[in-house]
Amino acid sequence: MDQILLLDAAERYLRGEMNDQERANFEELRKSNPEVDQFVVEHHFFVEELSRYATVKRFKANLYDVHHTMKESGEISEYQPTEKGRIVQFWEKYRRTIAVAASIAGITALAISGLTLFFSPKAPIKDIEELRRKVNKLEVRTNSQDVQLNDVKKKIDPNASVTFGGTSFLVDPKGYLLTSAHVVANASQIFVQNSKGQDLRAKIIYTDSKRDLAILKIDDEDFHPLSSLPYGFRRTSSDLSEPVFTLGFPKDEIVYGEGYLSAKSGLMGDTMSSQITISANPGNSGGPVLNSNGEVIGILNARQTTAEGVVFAIKSRHILKTIEELKESDTSANIKVPSTSSIRGMERVQQVKKIEDCVFMVKVVL
Amino acid sequence: MSKYFKEAELLKRLAKNDKSAIETIYQDNYKLIQQLIINNNGSEDDARDIFQEALIVLYQNSKSEAFELNCQIRTYIYSVSRRLWLKRLQSNRRFETPVDNFEEIVPVEDDVEVHEKLDRQYGIMRSALGKIGEPCKSLLEAFYIHNKNMQEISSYFGYTNSDNAKNQKYKCLMRLKKLFFAQYKNGI
Repeated sequence: MDQILLLDAAERYLRGEMNDQERANFEELRKSNPEVDQFVVEHHFFVEELSRYATVKRFKANLYDVHHTMKESGEISEYQPTEKGRIVQFWEKYRRTIAVAASIAGITALAISGLTLFFSPKAPIKDIEELRRKVNKLEVRTNSQDVQLNDVKKKIDPNASVTFGGTSFLVDPKGYLLTSAHVVANASQIFVQNSKGQDLRAKIIYTDSKRDLAILKIDDEDFHPLSSLPYGFRRTSSDLSEPVFTLGFPKDEIVYGEGYLSAKSGLMGDTMSSQITISANPGNSGGPVLNSNGEVIGILNARQTTAEGVVFAIKSRHILKTIEELKESDTSANIKVPSTSSIRGMERVQQVKKIEDCVFMVKVVL
Repeated sequence: MSKYFKEAELLKRLAKNDKSAIETIYQDNYKLIQQLIINNNGSEDDARDIFQEALIVLYQNSKSEAFELNCQIRTYIYSVSRRLWLKRLQSNRRFETPVDNFEEIVPVEDDVEVHEKLDRQYGIMRSALGKIGEPCKSLLEAFYIHNKNMQEISSYFGYTNSDNAKNQKYKCLMRLKKLFFAQYKNGI
């Protein structure tokens, strides 16, 4: 109780709310009692620090806003490296050669894609349903209430309605997320929501539509990179009957599901994915599939509509391939995929607790 | 108005966190910094981060009475950005050749050093506030940042009287201080 009184007094003193008599008494106390003096000094420093934090935070928010609006209005744009002259010269000189080379390449590409189309198994589209979720207005409303209650700054423009949702998870603690390409297809804006209900801006940095994978980068100053990821990625193939679990967002809250690996190939012998028996619903797309060691063995992407509980997941090997491709095409993407899991041997409840923070809901604004 | 007075006026507005001042500075300087970073091994995102960090340095300085800018804003921002980028390159060990120079620079080592210290404290405070959870975070923010009095706070957060609210605030503050100072003292 004494401490509360002391805090109260110190605060009134520092804010200049004491009258002369009180102030004199308090200063006397500070002189005679070094502990009190120390407390006042420390408290003064701390309060200053707190208010400096708040002003810098507000300033940063403004900076971010200005950057965003200027980028949108085109006042700042991606920088074009110099030496355009040389490229133009090159073009003038080799125009004809390039035209011939390009047409040969074009014909070859057409021929190959024609052949691939002819030989590849034709997936019956109606049999399979991609598990992205249509978010209805009601859910958006409850969501915005939550946000207000938590006093979290709401970034999604209230007029723009969130139309689709899915799941994504971190492949690198710096904020690189993996999700299914169909979840983020045609998106104009993407937000991801973490386990605390906070919305963060994200952008697509790579789409691999043939594997139905997309890599997002969280682009928000409120995102705090993690030091490491709890799970690793399995590099070899998994065994039949291996128990698996997944986390995803079929509703506005994270949902856990358990199942087993039921076949090593996907629909119509598709070797890129494996078949899992688990309950999955729209919104589960993009969720990680993990084995009991806490290794990611795949990413959920679709379910068969003609059968119960038959779900397909893209194998982790293909996830790694996509990330390799991204690294080749964009050298600035510094993604390090962890191969070992730090949650091996833990109880499931503990494992899920650790993984939860790495799984994000994806909200797509078309 | 001479250029000098224009810039002084701009700094004053920046000190008040005025959005239009930020816009003006952006318009005048962003391209320069973008060019600097990207021509020296950086990405589009690096350019944004470094530019914004330089603006924070300028902002913090513009708020202090003692600060006097002896050069153009452009030169200052360029110098700070250059210094920050050099440091980052060094820490990433990507540093091979000295960063190209195509602008005049002024010495800013001290300012950058002060900024790094403040930035570290900012990070500690942010993580401490992130850890204490609700309603502590909102309660402390209401009192210390938005300067609400205890009556307003107790009615807003639904405490029966302001003594209860004070009690709660005290507990929250002690937790925040503990978290903050634990890391703060660690770093020294």
